[in-house]
Amino acid sequence: MNTTPSPVRAARASLAAASVAMALALGAAQAAPAAPATAAAALPSDSIYHLPIVLTGQDGRAARLDERRGAPLLLGMFYTSCKFVCPMLIETIRDVEAKLSAEEREHLNVVLVSIDPEHDSVEVLKRTVDERRIDGARWTLARTDAASVRKLAAVLGIQYRALPDGEFNHTTAVILVDGDGRIAARTTRLGNAEAAFVKRVRAVALAAGR
Amino acid sequence: MGATTLRRTRASGLAAALLAALAGSASAADYVTVPAGTLASAIAGDARAAPVPVEAFSMRVTPVSKGEFRRFVESRPEWQRGRIAQTFADAGYLHDWRDATTVGDPATESQPVVNVSWFAAEAYCEGEGGRLPTWNEWEYVAAADATRRDARADPAWRARILAWYSTSARAALPAVGGAADVYGVRDVHGVVWEWVDDFNALLVDADSRSGDDPDKLKFCGAGAINLQDRENYAVLMRIALLSSLNAADSTTSLGFRCVRPLAKDPR
Repeated sequence: MNTTPSPVRAARASLAAASVAMALALGAAQAAPAAPATAAAALPSDSIYHLPIVLTGQDGRAARLDERRGAPLLLGMFYTSCKFVCPMLIETIRDVEAKLSAEEREHLNVVLVSIDPEHDSVEVLKRTVDERRIDGARWTLARTDAASVRKLAAVLGIQYRALPDGEFNHTTAVILVDGDGRIAARTTRLGNAEAAFVKRVRAVALAAGR
Repeated sequence: MGATTLRRTRASGLAAALLAALAGSASAADYVTVPAGTLASAIAGDARAAPVPVEAFSMRVTPVSKGEFRRFVESRPEWQRGRIAQTFADAGYLHDWRDATTVGDPATESQPVVNVSWFAAEAYCEGEGGRLPTWNEWEYVAAADATRRDARADPAWRARILAWYSTSARAALPAVGGAADVYGVRDVHGVVWEWVDDFNALLVDADSRSGDDPDKLKFCGAGAINLQDRENYAVLMRIALLSSLNAADSTTSLGFRCVRPLAKDPR
């Protein structure tokens, strides 16, 4: 990711150091110019990206959750064989997106994680993406191991329980996460997306675009 | 339930604590095999295909002690008080300790660790090659007394457990290593509440709902769980406690123990 030759980097670093010194000397309240993007700031303590789990998307690509850092997300948990609520979860997120401008939408990704990793293989996820005509560029239908599902649900405050007939009870929620992995808003209303939630999504997406 | 029951329970708890103290602290991670069986679940959602089968597993004899947890945070600083991410623990995490790596009075090291979040408990168990028990596994073991695998129908047994639930949480915790149940597991009742792996599966939801078909809208599949066995108040209390918690929460009377899969048959 960092292709800058080191002398240049060193020069930048000393420049940054110099400006910090100047800012201090002047007693300026204004922060020094932002460090190069490669110097990642520490994660906020309440970030979901502390969770060391790996998600595999419908394209078969496995990636650590914290690789999502930088772009805001709409997160949800679902399972593909769910007939009623889970399709509505997808429609709800589509409704949120329909209420955004193209520019706001561009900064936003969608990740839906299966609570049924036993049945929701990569193939099943891929089929669901195709069948539901989901934009696979910005949307990821993902799976992970059962222990990681439980942890992610715990972080997101989602309850779920396997039933003997193969169905699941689960909280249906769409959760907005900002670029640093902080939960910024959540909605449990399905169908016509809540106006207050859409407003938060817009604000977080715009902040990410700056 | 009378005051006599309460007194007797306290007395036997004290005796158990003394015995444990005499026997010295339980060795770091003793596990015993809990054979497979079935659980008549207290939760109606499970009981449609009841009873629930429970596979054999290996369970820690005692809850994790403060001393054991101290050694864990010494080797894994990211789980120390003051360093742990807010995502994984609330402000009460290990607040009863003297500092991040000191429990306090050495005598307290053999008490069960409390004020731990679900995330920290899960991480500890992973360090022992296991995980937290599921609700079914824990309840399966909790149904036993010293001689029976399922003592739950016995009113005297129920009364004994409820007697502990009705005592104040302010009393100092006893050391781990009380009397063994039929499996050889200790301190399931009468010392601390315990986390379970799927604590967030107990869908007793208090949110007010709106819409045409509220149950269906909120949860896939059926609605929130129904309770099957209304006489078993102890189970009700455990469900009420666990379902009220978030995974980062910690309380002064909530600890944990771990389970492991049974070693595979070498054949």
